[in-house]
Amino acid sequence: MSTGTLRTEDHLVEPGHLNYINNGYGLKSWLLTIDHKRIALLYLISITTFFFLGGFFALLIRLELLTPAGDLMEADMYNRMFTMHGMVMIFFFLIPSIPAVFGNFLIPMMIGARDLAFPRINLLSWYIFIAGALFTMAAVVLGGVDTGWTFYTPFSSTYSNSNVALAAVGVFITGFSSILTGLNFIVTIHKMRAPGMTWFRMPLFVWAHYATSLIMVLGTPVLAISIVLVALERLFRIGIFDPALGGDPLLFQHLFWYYSHPAVYIMILPAMGVISELVTCFSRKRIFGYTFVAFSSLAIAVYGFLVWGHHMFVSGQSVYASLLFSALSFLVAIPSAIKVFNWTATMYKGSISYDTPMLYVFGFIGLFTIGGLTGLFLASTGLDVHVHDTYFIVAHFHYIMVGGAIMGYLGAIHFWWPKITGRLYPEGWSKFATLVIFVGFNLTFFPQFLVGYLGMPRRYHAYPDEFQVYNVMSTAGASILGFGYLIPMIYLVWSLKYGAVAGPNPWGAAGLEWKTPSPPPTENFPVTPIVTEEAYSYSKQEAEVVGQ
Amino acid sequence: MPDQASTISSEVDLLYAFLVGMTLFFVGLIFLMVAIFAIRYRRRSSDEIPRPNFGSLRLEIVWSVIPLLISVGIFIWSASVFFDIQRVPANAMQVYGVGKQWMWKFQHPEGNREINELHVPAGRPVKITLTSEDVIHSFFVPAFRIKQDALPGRYTTTWFQATKPGTYHLFCAEYCGTQHSGMRGSVVVMEPAQYEAWLSGDASGGSMAARGEKLFNQLGCVTCHLPDGSGRCPSLVNVYGKSVKLITGEELVANDEYIRESVLHPNAKIVDAYQPIMPTYQGQVSEEGVLQLIAYIKSISSQVTEGTAAPGTTTPGTALPGATTPGAGTGTGTGTGPTPPGGAGSTNQSTPGGASAPNGINRSGQ
Repeated sequence: MSTGTLRTEDHLVEPGHLNYINNGYGLKSWLLTIDHKRIALLYLISITTFFFLGGFFALLIRLELLTPAGDLMEADMYNRMFTMHGMVMIFFFLIPSIPAVFGNFLIPMMIGARDLAFPRINLLSWYIFIAGALFTMAAVVLGGVDTGWTFYTPFSSTYSNSNVALAAVGVFITGFSSILTGLNFIVTIHKMRAPGMTWFRMPLFVWAHYATSLIMVLGTPVLAISIVLVALERLFRIGIFDPALGGDPLLFQHLFWYYSHPAVYIMILPAMGVISELVTCFSRKRIFGYTFVAFSSLAIAVYGFLVWGHHMFVSGQSVYASLLFSALSFLVAIPSAIKVFNWTATMYKGSISYDTPMLYVFGFIGLFTIGGLTGLFLASTGLDVHVHDTYFIVAHFHYIMVGGAIMGYLGAIHFWWPKITGRLYPEGWSKFATLVIFVGFNLTFFPQFLVGYLGMPRRYHAYPDEFQVYNVMSTAGASILGFGYLIPMIYLVWSLKYGAVAGPNPWGAAGLEWKTPSPPPTENFPVTPIVTEEAYSYSKQEAEVVGQ
Repeated sequence: MPDQASTISSEVDLLYAFLVGMTLFFVGLIFLMVAIFAIRYRRRSSDEIPRPNFGSLRLEIVWSVIPLLISVGIFIWSASVFFDIQRVPANAMQVYGVGKQWMWKFQHPEGNREINELHVPAGRPVKITLTSEDVIHSFFVPAFRIKQDALPGRYTTTWFQATKPGTYHLFCAEYCGTQHSGMRGSVVVMEPAQYEAWLSGDASGGSMAARGEKLFNQLGCVTCHLPDGSGRCPSLVNVYGKSVKLITGEELVANDEYIRESVLHPNAKIVDAYQPIMPTYQGQVSEEGVLQLIAYIKSISSQVTEGTAAPGTTTPGTALPGATTPGAGTGTGTGTGPTPPGGAGSTNQSTPGGASAPNGINRSGQ
């Protein structure tokens, strides 16, 4: 790609060049920044905190489940633990994770823009996110919430004695952060593309975020509405969901899943976008079936709005509604399958290297395939009756959320870390961590499929003895997994000071973000790049990169 | 695999086995391809440039259409299993379950009541009508592969036919608060003869219909709902399962849901030509009580003989053990004074525990 008059090697190898990190010091220069890259780092620090907090809750859950009796903590405490694990991980880690950090950092760079369309709104998104988080954290500190992250009525609206209102207000506020981020991405992608960056030259990461943004903008308001309705019922006894007041508890489930099922795609679509970037770079190949991968993201986003009722097959919903939702849920499998096959085909006759990000690609493809196929079990009405609300479902969505989304997230961190920080991390440690995470993950969640089919219900503080062996495996795995997550935390921080200088493009990657120094200058590109080629033009790219 | 103890267990397990096989196949396929490509096409020199390729429409179609066909197949298969789970056989015997933080309460039409235990005969379809007194619970018996939420404010149904005697886990599968994981019990499947013996072992309070009649008198329902229709409220004789015309001109069938609503929210639907004068009984009668009232109203709506509203005390015309003669209840429920004699029509209906009869509309099956 032609990138105008980018200053070349002499400038690029110099680590002390003026960039977005050393362009201003002091807290104020960060807290009032409108640079999308700095805001991305603010998000990175915040969500990493929430990730380890959510992980801490998860470890306590697993410790309690080591033995069948509820002996480590009281039932109420256990219920608060799984609720807060879910809320923190979903609303404060997974939903913002890839979009708010990597989307923020990379979308402008990938399309050759200086910033997002609305830099101040971007900063506002982060403040809204933090404000929402403060409310939810206040609820945690004041004793927690015990409704499950699903807030099912009438338990949440009438019966729970925990800090439901406070936590719900936190989630409500955070939703606006999502909406603004989505809006910002959509406008940016429509209006800020560099000359020559046509829609079908955009990296698939950008396509995936476009689809994600549509869900954020269209779905999140419904979550906000449902939460307001719960609050109205709880505070003013207006009958909406509680049958004792003349309401309908199923109405809540419809509203809740109308957002929360698409929310699953908010978490996984960006990770799919990441995988498309990584698999091409480490195979040195153009993506196989670009348009199919691009449109499958949109298809997933659209279908995602039509399948919420598959959470309600045993809820008392009409049989025919269940069948319709079942059929539509099967349809979501098709675009997901298309993506997996295309990624695999991209590797065919490629030049495959085993750098750490590629190991995450292998992990993602394997685990996401298992997660996706077990989704078909749940879309099958007659089978879902048995496995619904058991550990089978817990295993399934962790394969998608942890095996898929977090693998993608870690892959992204390792891939773009040199770009973001200008430093390389230690390759040996990072490969070791990948292996530990992969083993720990499978040991944690695979036994849950088995114990789920045996009938162990989820959200159980104590359980019958015959399920113990699976829970012991799960807890052992979780300890390994927790350890695995700490390793990157340590070596990545270490690399900030001691890592080798990365240079602009350590992977030989295509894509505009690699055509600028690492870390990038505040304005991203000294001159607006002019794009003349397709995305992932690795075969033409080579000469340029190898020359360094 | 968990125990297979109902007629549908093996159906569900077969579908499960198929899906496991399909998952293994595709995971294996993807794994093999990734592994082969990763090894065969590993980077051998750092300046290696592979030849580009741009995709293949034919391949895209192949790997879209094959998953689509498989999906359609699984959809149809699972839907047929789902219908088997949802469609209650007409000859099913009836049991009522009420979920409550944090226990399951069951009543048999014959009058037996139990908590966190449910006794049923093997080899006979059992229909369970569920509701909840507070939050949402879910009736889950893994060995039977069935699960159904119990919702406050409405009735849902599920059914099973146990195949072998034994004791099986009963779980609450929908998170319901502090002691959710303590809301466990067991389903005891017995040989039919043993079950009959068990049934007759304890029915001290009479059948559900008899208890319902007692409530009907105690709560004072009997003062207005005169059997001959001359009262201030419509007669309830021969109402169950029949069409009712409302003041709005609508017509509906008097089923379990409708009767429940009429007890707890009497003004929601007013029968044509009557005044909305009935007070609500919310808080005065439990969900179990409502079920007993329904059983009573059902019992005086026999299709066999018209209840002719003969005055005098009534006996539920059943041969069940423990059937009682409540006599003219002195209304303690609503303070409307002593109830006039001749509360309800004496009937000679089929056994209230009788299986078929017009079933309540299957809410989950609509």
